[in-house]
Amino acid sequence: MTGSQLSNHDLQVKSLEYRRDILRCIYGAGAGHTGGSLSCVDILNVLYNRVLNVGPANWDDPNRDRYVQSKGHSVEALYVVLADQGFFPAEQLSTLCHGGSPFVGHPTRKVPGIEMNTGALGHGLPISVGMALAAKLDHAPYRVFTLLGDGELAEGSNWEGAMCAAHYELENLTAIIDCNTLQITGRTREVCSNEPLDEKFAAFGWKVIEVDGHSIEALSQALISRASGQPTCVIAHTIKGRGISFMEHVVSWHHGVPSEAEYGQALEELEAQLCELKGVAT
Amino acid sequence: MSAPAPSVYSSDAQRQIARLGLEKGRANLEVFAETVQALAEQDRDVLAVTSDSRGSGKLKPFGQALPRQIVEVGIAEQNLVGVAAGLASTGKKVFAVSPGCFLTARSLEQIKNDVCYSDVPVNVVGISAGVSYGALGSTHHSLHDFAALRAITNITILAPGDNRETQAAVRWAASHAKPVYLRFGKAAMYDLGESSVPADPRQAMVLRDGTDVALIGTGEATIHCLLAAALLEEEGVEARVLSVPCVKPLDIDAIMGAARVCRAVVVAEEHSIHGGLGEACATVLLTAGVTPAFRIVAIPDEDTYTGSQAEIFSHYGISMEGIVAEARDALAAQGATL
Ligand SMILES: Cc1ncc(C[n+]2csc(CCOP(=O)(O)OP(=O)(O)O)c2C)c(N)n1
Ligand SMILES: [Mg+2]
Repeated sequence: MTGSQLSNHDLQVKSLEYRRDILRCIYGAGAGHTGGSLSCVDILNVLYNRVLNVGPANWDDPNRDRYVQSKGHSVEALYVVLADQGFFPAEQLSTLCHGGSPFVGHPTRKVPGIEMNTGALGHGLPISVGMALAAKLDHAPYRVFTLLGDGELAEGSNWEGAMCAAHYELENLTAIIDCNTLQITGRTREVCSNEPLDEKFAAFGWKVIEVDGHSIEALSQALISRASGQPTCVIAHTIKGRGISFMEHVVSWHHGVPSEAEYGQALEELEAQLCELKGVAT
Repeated sequence: MSAPAPSVYSSDAQRQIARLGLEKGRANLEVFAETVQALAEQDRDVLAVTSDSRGSGKLKPFGQALPRQIVEVGIAEQNLVGVAAGLASTGKKVFAVSPGCFLTARSLEQIKNDVCYSDVPVNVVGISAGVSYGALGSTHHSLHDFAALRAITNITILAPGDNRETQAAVRWAASHAKPVYLRFGKAAMYDLGESSVPADPRQAMVLRDGTDVALIGTGEATIHCLLAAALLEEEGVEARVLSVPCVKPLDIDAIMGAARVCRAVVVAEEHSIHGGLGEACATVLLTAGVTPAFRIVAIPDEDTYTGSQAEIFSHYGISMEGIVAEARDALAAQGATL
């Protein structure tokens, strides 16, 4: 929730802890979307800890900011961040994907803190356009954010939504692209190229900002800013599998689940990064 | 790692599998991919069209062996079906492959207009259908596909129950000059019997003779009918088992034949209770004035329980035990009215 006094360093520490918790969830469940959760978690970190005016305390407030995760498969990142925000106890995540658990493998509104059920790609942007349009109609102050995958952009509904958002001059809407250059089959450039993304969104009438999607500072600036009279597209350049050496840029980690040995190594790597980060700070 | 996922087959069901001597095969999806590749190797006009789905469709070997015959459109299922229709209109033999949940929902209008209405022979292949992606939630379940497609004219709906039915269905579809929907799950399937299956998958198969209750199944539910019949036999109940890989057009003679000799009918399917094989059978029987005790074992109209396919099946009784319970109940109801 906004107004927190967390420093960039604090958020960097959180990112590492979130990565550890994501892997714990996925390892425990024996299922999950590893690569894309690790690529977007810094974005979620900045959104929930610095940008969004939303939390358990104001969840019923019609003026809360809205976040819709269009790339719903990276739900583990969202669950971990929502738990940290206090929407539910983190221990509940041990039921991920279990029979009857509300912690389904894609976001559902059964879980506190989740705005919309997603998982079929190409839905989040039109939904967010609707939410942002409602705010405009009512002169309500809230902002709407949605997170899209780069592969997801092949769905035509995104471009229908993009056109509509610019038409209605939705300056309260920000679409973030988790631009990790990979999808399931391989490189997005080779599966169905969507480049140049910046020019495409600009041509559709959006303000475009490109950032390092793992830089807390750069993400903060981009996500806090808003254009006037047009929606904002933040192209976040990220690394799929970010933070774990053997997962980075490796397409099979899209929904790869670590073995016991891999899990151990991943935790060690995160621990080392944490030590380094804390060492730098002291 | 967590404990291995629970099995669709209880230990009692496994005992019946052993008693019947059923052979464990592979996922129908794998047999589909292998068969379509064999066809494509013989005929360069056979194409697979995918939407970032070649991995889940088990088509990576196809892509490696025949790169010219696989068309990738990215994560764009509407585009997938439109492109497939265009390719097929020029004489290509097209298999458009994507998860059943997206393919028959997102691209339904393309299936309706570009394929069925324009009458181009696309094979629309719904992979990981039903609740194969159980724990991924309702976005990833296709429990509506039979219903949606049954209401669209000019498409044959096939849901093979084992590897042999799969192979026959794929071969038949490739040579059929009309739209076809093929539905596959991703669990390894047991062979439903030893005899060869008909080359025309529109024909239902009597897997077991019996005159007390007819157990009618399609897709991955059929095996549970067969196991239920084996268990009922131990109780002295003779069940007839019908494998119906073709949900539309229905093999009316086979359905009527079963219902005429039996006092009760139970239909099992991995689909919503609405609009699937069960309702199709009910309509046929009622229209003909044949009224056995009738039950549908399927997913009820509610916020679907999520978990693995096995957990969902056992939750809703799409299992040997669930089908036996419905059969007993139906027979008891019939007995009461006799
Ligand atoms: C409509 C739809 N089609 C297909 C899928 C299956 N699917 C899940 S994730 C994914 C790849 C997504 O790639 P991208 O958008 O780049 O996400 P990321 O790399 O961040 O994981 C696909 C094809 C889906 N969930 N929804
Ligand atoms: Mg990507």
